[in-house]
Amino acid sequence: MAILEIKNLTHTYGIGTPFQRSAVEDISFAVEPGEFLGVIGHTGSGKSTLIQHLNGLLKPTSGQILLDGRDIWAEPKKIRNIRFQVGLVFQYPEYQLFEETVYKDISFGPKNQGKTGDELDHAVREAARLVGLRDEHLEKSPFELSGGQKRRAALAGVLAMEPKVLVLDEPTAGLDPAGRENLMANIREYHRNKGTTIILVSHSMDEIAQNVDRILVLKSAHILMSGTPAEVFTRAEELLSAGLDVPQITRVAMALRDRGVPIDPAVYTVEDLERQLLALKGGGSPC
Amino acid sequence: MNDMIQTESLRFAYPADEGQKPVYALRGVDLEIEKGSFVVVLGHNGSGKSTLAKTFNAVLLPAGGKVYVEGMDTLDQELLLAIRQRVGMVFQNPDNQIVANVVEEDVAFAPENLGVPTEEIRKRVDAALKAVGMDEFVTHAPHLLSGGQKQRIAIAGVIAMEPACIVLDEATAMLDPIGRREVLTTVHRLNKEKGITVILITHHMNEAEAADRVVVMDDGRVDLDGTPQEVFSQVTRLRRLGLTVPDTVDLLDRLRLDGWDVPLDALSVEDCAAAVAGALK
Repeated sequence: MAILEIKNLTHTYGIGTPFQRSAVEDISFAVEPGEFLGVIGHTGSGKSTLIQHLNGLLKPTSGQILLDGRDIWAEPKKIRNIRFQVGLVFQYPEYQLFEETVYKDISFGPKNQGKTGDELDHAVREAARLVGLRDEHLEKSPFELSGGQKRRAALAGVLAMEPKVLVLDEPTAGLDPAGRENLMANIREYHRNKGTTIILVSHSMDEIAQNVDRILVLKSAHILMSGTPAEVFTRAEELLSAGLDVPQITRVAMALRDRGVPIDPAVYTVEDLERQLLALKGGGSPC
Repeated sequence: MNDMIQTESLRFAYPADEGQKPVYALRGVDLEIEKGSFVVVLGHNGSGKSTLAKTFNAVLLPAGGKVYVEGMDTLDQELLLAIRQRVGMVFQNPDNQIVANVVEEDVAFAPENLGVPTEEIRKRVDAALKAVGMDEFVTHAPHLLSGGQKQRIAIAGVIAMEPACIVLDEATAMLDPIGRREVLTTVHRLNKEKGITVILITHHMNEAEAADRVVVMDDGRVDLDGTPQEVFSQVTRLRRLGLTVPDTVDLLDRLRLDGWDVPLDALSVEDCAAAVAGALK
């Protein structure tokens, strides 16, 4: 059974005003337990509105969000419980750090969940370890940390609640290349070890291509495509005409096909393209 | 003299906590930036690239060595206004650099402060908004614009000062791919059409492809300096510096290790495809 199911979701802002506008319109999809789903779409496509429904920050204008088969709005008073189960990490989460120490900041969520004593301590330290923060960081003020470390501390605050579904909105925005790769490696490891369902929202096609099992492409409030990275990037021209990027390697493959080189349209990583080129040349084997 | 900016053994340290030794963010930078050039500065976090940018219009002053802007010493207090008029800065967060409630007022802020006559301000504001492709938004409210549009307004505000040089300090970092493209297209056009010197500090390697020159900072010093082709073919060195290379170069590098005869400097998608297709024949 799907862990999360979005059924005919519509959200309309400013109903009854001249500014009435549907940010998402009749969207349906399901997320399987343990899946790593990527969501792309440019600014204004409805990504942010969509993900704010997943833990009940926004209420659907119509349609339903089912978590483990139950409508999250079945008992509106218990919506807080949903927020412990679906962890949402916003863009630039480091701006939301507020406590005196990193330890206290990470423990805010699990404490509100009712965790105390050893259980709380364990949750905090485990979350810090998962994002690569060392014990010595925990006693510091969050404001003494570097930008990348602050981002990790904020992420740890959500992981410490041990959500079933983790939603990450542009987790690597503004980090340098090494910082981006380190953080994504932590997230991949977390996914592998805990089997948590992850939904990754990103503008970076390369980041999506390298990490997720399935991609959902949003365009003007609707789902434009859904499929494995290979399936989605095969439709590179459609993506480009929708104003979205495709991985640079997909563009090289397209340019090679234009020159009559028979490259499989599903290629989107450097390794795959190298392998295909070696096979075409014949004789050469990757060593 | 043909240098927009010149640094000589430039050193800079941020103030340290009491009892701690100061940490040098810049430890001896010698750089000459030619007028009218488009220079991209790369480097990982903490490499000193943003600190360097801030010394270019005297936001930060050298702790050792010198920075000259068109020959003017940034340590000379009396030249401060003249220097800031010649070199404009655009920062990372679009929301932190908009000061007015209406686009045209925001763009007029700098020339007003410089005491430019009213009719002249009108002309400059219109010209600046046109230059960044935002002339339709003259009377809009900045907070309702997209990130890319806000950054273009910030750039227009700088252009209205009629500077000779614009420094963009990670000004594309918070933008989506479309916003990033808008800003890049705008600064490339200003560079070509108006001859404004552009210094672009960024984490995004692909923004460096079309530059005249790429400077890579590491540990407060210049580590690599050359054309994009020269710099990006230093694959091993860039990786050691915590930077990535474009996927085109990565592919060519792998194919070379496989024994293919392809150049490492075919940076753009088209050049890379042409090189690979050529080697297949």
